[in-house]
Parts: sequence; C-alpha cells; structure tokens
Amino acid sequence: MSSVYLPEFMQRLEAQRAEEAAMLSRRGFIKLTGLAGGGLVLGVSLPGARRALAQPSGGTPFEANPYVQIDSTGRVVLFAKNPEVGQGVKTSLPLIVAEELDVDWLEVEVRQSEIDAARYGPQFAGGSLSIPMNYDTLRRAGATARAMLVAAAAKQWNVPAAELTTEAGAVRHAASNRRATYGELADIAATLPVPEPASVALKRKQDFRLLGKRVTGVDNAKLVRGEPLFGIDQRVPGMLYAAFAKAPAIGARAVSANLDHVRTLRGVKNAFIVAHQGDPLAFNPAGAAVLSGVAIVADSTWNALQAKKALDVRWDETQASKDSWKAAVAQAKSLATKAPAEVLGEAGNVEAAFASGKTVEGFYTYHYVAHADLEPQNCTAWFKGNSVEIWAPTQTPQNAVDAVAALLGLPKDKVRLHQLRGGGGFGRRLANDSVCEAALISKQAGGVPVKVQWTREDDMAFDYYRPGGFQALKAAVDNAGKLTAWQNHFITFTMDGKAPVSAATIDKTEFPANVLGTHRMAQSMIPSKIPTGPWRAPGSNVIAFCTQSFLHECAVAANRDYVDFLVDLMGEPRATSAGPFGAGLHTGRAANVIKAVAERARWGRQLPRGRGLGLAFHFSHQGHFAEVAEVSVDASKKVTVHKVWVVADIGPIVNLSSAENQCQGSVIDALSTAMGLKITFENGRAEQSNFHQYPIVRIDKAPEIDVHFLDTDYPPTGCGEPAFPPAAPAIANAIFAATGQRIRTLPFSEEGYSV
Amino acid sequence: MLNLTINGRTHTVGDDVDPQTPLLWVLRDTLGLVGTKYGCGVGQCSACTVHLNGSPIQSCQVPASAAVGQPITTIEGLAAPGAPLTAVQQAWIEEDVAQCGYCQAGQIMRATALLARNPQPTDEDIDRDMAANICRCGTYTRIRKAIHSAAAKMRGGAA
Repeated sequence: MSSVYLPEFMQRLEAQRAEEAAMLSRRGFIKLTGLAGGGLVLGVSLPGARRALAQPSGGTPFEANPYVQIDSTGRVVLFAKNPEVGQGVKTSLPLIVAEELDVDWLEVEVRQSEIDAARYGPQFAGGSLSIPMNYDTLRRAGATARAMLVAAAAKQWNVPAAELTTEAGAVRHAASNRRATYGELADIAATLPVPEPASVALKRKQDFRLLGKRVTGVDNAKLVRGEPLFGIDQRVPGMLYAAFAKAPAIGARAVSANLDHVRTLRGVKNAFIVAHQGDPLAFNPAGAAVLSGVAIVADSTWNALQAKKALDVRWDETQASKDSWKAAVAQAKSLATKAPAEVLGEAGNVEAAFASGKTVEGFYTYHYVAHADLEPQNCTAWFKGNSVEIWAPTQTPQNAVDAVAALLGLPKDKVRLHQLRGGGGFGRRLANDSVCEAALISKQAGGVPVKVQWTREDDMAFDYYRPGGFQALKAAVDNAGKLTAWQNHFITFTMDGKAPVSAATIDKTEFPANVLGTHRMAQSMIPSKIPTGPWRAPGSNVIAFCTQSFLHECAVAANRDYVDFLVDLMGEPRATSAGPFGAGLHTGRAANVIKAVAERARWGRQLPRGRGLGLAFHFSHQGHFAEVAEVSVDASKKVTVHKVWVVADIGPIVNLSSAENQCQGSVIDALSTAMGLKITFENGRAEQSNFHQYPIVRIDKAPEIDVHFLDTDYPPTGCGEPAFPPAAPAIANAIFAATGQRIRTLPFSEEGYSV
Repeated sequence: MLNLTINGRTHTVGDDVDPQTPLLWVLRDTLGLVGTKYGCGVGQCSACTVHLNGSPIQSCQVPASAAVGQPITTIEGLAAPGAPLTAVQQAWIEEDVAQCGYCQAGQIMRATALLARNPQPTDEDIDRDMAANICRCGTYTRIRKAIHSAAAKMRGGAA
C-alpha cells in the first residue's frame, strides 16, 4: 500500500472505532426530533455534530439525517454515505439498514448522502472497506429505529412491546390482530425516549430477509433510461467547458503558449496558463496540487477540445520526468545480481536452507498499468469568491474538500462538494487532481462554473499508475517436497530516494513469510518520477502473480500437486498477525477456500493436450480467495480461458448479486490486465494513448465464471478488490499445465501470448 | 443550422454550433441528452452508441451534419419518460448487469439493435456484435445473460 493512502485511512478507521465505542457507551446515541406534521426523524448523533440533526421544512419530511428518515406518509428514505463507483455500496449499505429496520426494500428511497465527517465519519471508497467499516453501525441504526417504532405501537395500543412483531414497514400485534405502518407510527415514535443502543436486539442471521439475497442496484432503473447520474453528466446554469493541456513529459511546466490565437477560435471564451502547484507527482488525495498546463474555457466540450489541438505550448522540461521503462528493466536485471540495498525482514537461516535443499529461482517483471476508468476524469467547479461548489465523481470526497480548501485558501466549510456517481474507480478517483484543476480553472476564469473534461488521451497520459516492478525470487524445497525457505529481492521505484513510490511496497510478512519459519525480504530501489498510486488491490495485484506463480514453480520442482503443496504450506489452522486492513491471513480459512475451489473445478481431472487447469490463492483486504482457471493454448500461443472458478470466504454476504458481480468483474479485469495491458514510458512520456494501444478484453474473450462464497460467521468484509489478485496467477499456472511454459512477466503478451 | 430528428422529435441546432461537431457532443452539450457517454473519442469503446436509421453507430465518429434527415434514437428514447421499459432495459435491471454503469447505455443500444435484427441470437452472435463495446468493470457474462433473457421476453411477448 502507498505511504499516503494507507496510514490516513487507518487513522480514520481507528478514530471511527473510538467514536463508535464512545457512542455505544453514551445515552443519546440516537436522537429523535419530532415536529408537528413531520413524523419520525432518526439521526445517529456523533460527537461534535456541527448542526442540528434535523430541520423542519414546512411540513415536508425532515432532511439531513445520517441514515434513516421516515415521514408520516410512510415514505422511508435511507442515506448511502460512501461514493458509488461501481462497487455497489449505494445499494449494499442501505440494504443493511433496511434489514434491521424491517422495511419493504422496494418501497425504500435511497439517496446519496451529503459529505459530512461529523455525522458520517469517514466517507470514501477504498480498501474494500465500506462493508467492514459500516456493517455494525448500519445494523444498529436500523435496529434502533425499529425499536422506537415498536415502542410507539406498544404505547398506542397499550400492549407489551414483546408481543409486537415487524414486517415490511409495519408493526403487528397478533393477539389483537392490529397493524400500523411505520408512517402511522412515526409521529408518536418521535416523542419517545431513545433506547440504549447496546440494548437493542439485532436479528439473528437465520432471520435475515434481505441480507445474502440478490438485490438489483438502486440506480439501475435510472441507468437503463440514461438519466444523469455521473460526474460527466453534471450541468450547471451558465456552465462553460474546459480542456486542460498538460505537458507530454510528465512534470514539465508551461512557459508560454499561443494564447492570443487560441482565444480567437470558435467558442473559446478564455485561455490561460495554470501554474504548477504543490506536488502533483506524488499521490495524495488531500494534496493541493496541480500539474502545470494550459486551460481553455469554451462554450462546448468539442470547441474546447478543438482549440486544445491548436495549442502551441513552450514547455520547461527541467524538472520533468526522463524515465525510461527499457532502462529500468536493464537496471533491475543488474540489481538482481547484486546484494539488495536493504533487508526488510528475515527469520531463520535462509542460506543453510538453500544449501541443504533443492533451490528454485525466478525473476518476475510487471509493467505499469493505467486505471482506464471508462468515464475519463472530470469535475465541475464554481468558484464564487468566498466559497466554491464542486460536483465530483471522487472516491475520496472528504479529502477533495481538504485539497480544494488548501488550494484556494478557503475555510473547509466554504467548500461544498456534491458526490456524484463515478464511471469506474479502481483507485483512480482516490486522487483529486481533476478536482483541484476544476477549482483552480473556475477561479482563474473569473468565477464561472466550469466543467473540466479530460480526454481519454489525458486520462492515459496523466495517471497515478499501478507501479511496475520486479521480484527476484529464490526458494528451497526439501526431500519431502516441503517449502523450507523463501527469499524475495523486491526491486521497486522511489521518488525521494528513501521510500518506495505510492503502492509500490511489500510487507516483510507478506505470504508465505507469515507461514514459513525461514525467509528473507530484501529491497532495492530505482529512482523514478512516474506518478503511481493505488490500483485495484494495490500491491496484491502484482504480488499474488509473482508469489503464486513462483510457489507453483516450487511445487513443480518438488514434483508435488499444487493443491497438496499449498494446503501443506498453510499447516495447522491459525490466524497470522494482523495486516494493514485488519485481521491477517487465517491458514484454516485459506485451506478451506483452496480445497473448495479444487473440488468445484474437479481439480486433477484429465484434460486433452494443450488444455490445463491452474490454481492460485491470495489473501487481501481481509478476504480469502482461491481461483482455478481452465485454459487452452494453441501453437501460436493464443490463449482461450474457458472457465474460472472463484471460491471466497468474506464472511456473510450482504448483496449476493453485487458480490458475485464484483468477483466476475475482477476476474475479467485481471484477465485483461494479465494478457495485454501495459503503460511504458520513454523520455518521461507514456507511450500508450487510447484503447487501440490498451486492449481491454471484450465480451468475446470473457469466460464463464463460477463464484461461490463459503458460508461462515466471520465479520463481513469487502469484495471490490480481493477477487482480482489470484486470477492472473491461476491463468499463468494453467498455461504452464497446458504447455510446460512458465510465464514470469505481466502482461503475458510480453512473452508472446495473446487472447 | 441543423435539424436533427432525435427520439421522434425535431431539434434545431443553431449556427453557433460547428456542424462538424460529433453527434455525441451535440447530444450531450447542446441538447442535454447526457445518457450517451464519452469514453474514448476514437471509435474504440462504443460507450457513445446510438441508433441512426435503426443501426448502431458510434456517435463520437459521426459529425452532426451527417445525421441530418435520418432518425436518431438515444438511450433516452428507448422508453419515453413514465412509459414501460423495453424488454432489454427490463432484462438489464433483472440481471443486475451494471457495476459502475457508465458503458451500459451503449451496451443497451447495441443489444437492442442486435435483437431487432436477430431475435434469437446465439452466444457467438452476441459476442460478434457486442465485442464492439468495452465494459471496464467486466460485466460481460451478465450482458450475455441479459440479452438471452430479453430475447426470450420479446419472443414470449410476440407469441
């Protein structure tokens, strides 16, 4: 994980846990505000709330409650706190509330919440953390609301609350055959005392009516009609459209441009140079940073883009990147032959194990890749002198507010940000570079509302890329075929000469170090100015490929079946030390998913020549995932992936449809990325510009994908990322099974394979 | 001045708009029909797919002037506001196809055109047509399923 991304989220996570603990120990956790004609307003009161939780609005429902709002007509509004970028949280988070509230899901209205840390705690889409961070809080929000509605019915009918049941938005008293809807009870409930949250009963898993079922996304009806939902769809009265030209060489600065000419072009209202601000090459969601460039503000996107093509800019490349991927590869190969610059961690006697066993060595390479969210980066901003309004499809809306406030020198409460659906995230929208650009361009343009629209070419040339890198691996197996030692010389990139660039680190306890007594993790770094950042399952997305391919090499060297070898390596069921996202790898859960996926894929069956099965396991984001790929490879190295099986243990499932969709999408994303995606750099410039050079797989290459979740009672964890890492090594191991050829490079196209 | 017939209505696009502007941007910026999406601008991803004379086209590759006098259908025109959804739109909801949803307007437009021409497509038929469209989230298995399901619905409806 990146140095900026992770600690910040972990600090916030800890702060939120402390807050939750404090809340649970206090009365007044749930605050009710009942006002004439209004009904029940339920707010989860967080310490330090900045303003009243509910405000009357002329007899209409009260607004701005954190999670639940019910009016006397029976309308139930649930608020989704985190950004929606395709991971399904706008559906799954309110679904958790609805389960405990016992409402008819189809009658519920879901709204995207405001950005407000005081009321919602951390709001972001990252680390597959939305479910694990919010599951308990949302259940209690729903359950407490339900308890108050039950108490209202008990009071009205003068019967014990224990005799009452709820279903589909109504309270029932079976003995007297009475029934009242939540809407009918809302006004009374609003006058009742708030129960102690810890005393409110949560449902038993077997009583769930919604969780674990298949629920279609709450925005689907709007999506299929093409209604405006995304950042790019935002329109503001008087809005102008901006294109922003940055230097081909990353980090170069605009000195001058033919602005007078450009200003005469059709539809162009303004054109100006934007100065370099802050440190835009370093990934930092809250960073007030902008790459230097030339902004063109026009009356339409097309006119802005046409004028951008007519630009003639003089760039100062003094401080720009000169990076070359070819040079980096040569340097890494040389470093791999030398002693590592530093040892990150070591245990046991690695050299002795190498001397006494059979050793295996492999040099693995992975390229940089771009996020390529299908919705190119964009943001709409309206600078109004003393304040600014922002409409952004960002994964880190709270950080975006911080960044814009610092950039424009405004207090944070003068930055109002509307979170809009993002057309893909994958980590790209954790960075708020386009938000900073829009805010600054609106200001420099004199305070007009401006939508900054990146082209696909901008999006591919100015990314916080998944870092490339190298691993020189060496291991030993003994006569019994057991792995006895593991060594990784991890070769990565650095910007400051001290630490790896963002998302280019490896933990010294990374599997299999966490289950093996004898291991060494060492590191060397290559200087670079290429911006990098988290990309779906950061770190894991390349580490799993190297580890699971090389472990398979070890199993082959030991002449052992890979399932046996892996399960044997896991050893006794036990929890290893905690990782960056909470609980660490549990060897028992790992063995269970490995065995289950092998069974579902009928591992070990005979296949025709040129066809093979491959398996891989990876633990990330608290999820245990094992996957098997069945592939065939023809004489020209054309690969067909016939089917992929996924077995996961992520605890109880919230929305089965969405969880399956995430796993299937992760496998296809991994297939694309493994087979043919790379961004290379020469002289500090990205060499790929659009999808013709960046072959995202199409439907005709998509395999059948079987997804199965183990039914376990561990705390529920996220699903947006952890299905990604095992897919590439499963495919590579299957190609080995089919051909006897080992692939040690991502993407596989570098070794002559195609799909 | 251009007269464009979109979703059964004539829209007049003024002289302030360059007639060479791709239809995509006229739809989105000039007419506010933002359901049609920009993804690549070079005819690679098909997020911008609309129907011209009933055939799927990439609206980022067609100048607005070239669409004059021919009926254009966008995602907004498949079902009028408040009117029932088409079988394809319904299938997309029932199969919960979308993840981010950004490409899905283009996918639905191409699938609709496919089913109009071929009411009972095989997987191979689907792959051949739908390979024009990128889904970055990788919802392809569900797209296939939704097209089969819509096809079955339409046959059932016609019977």
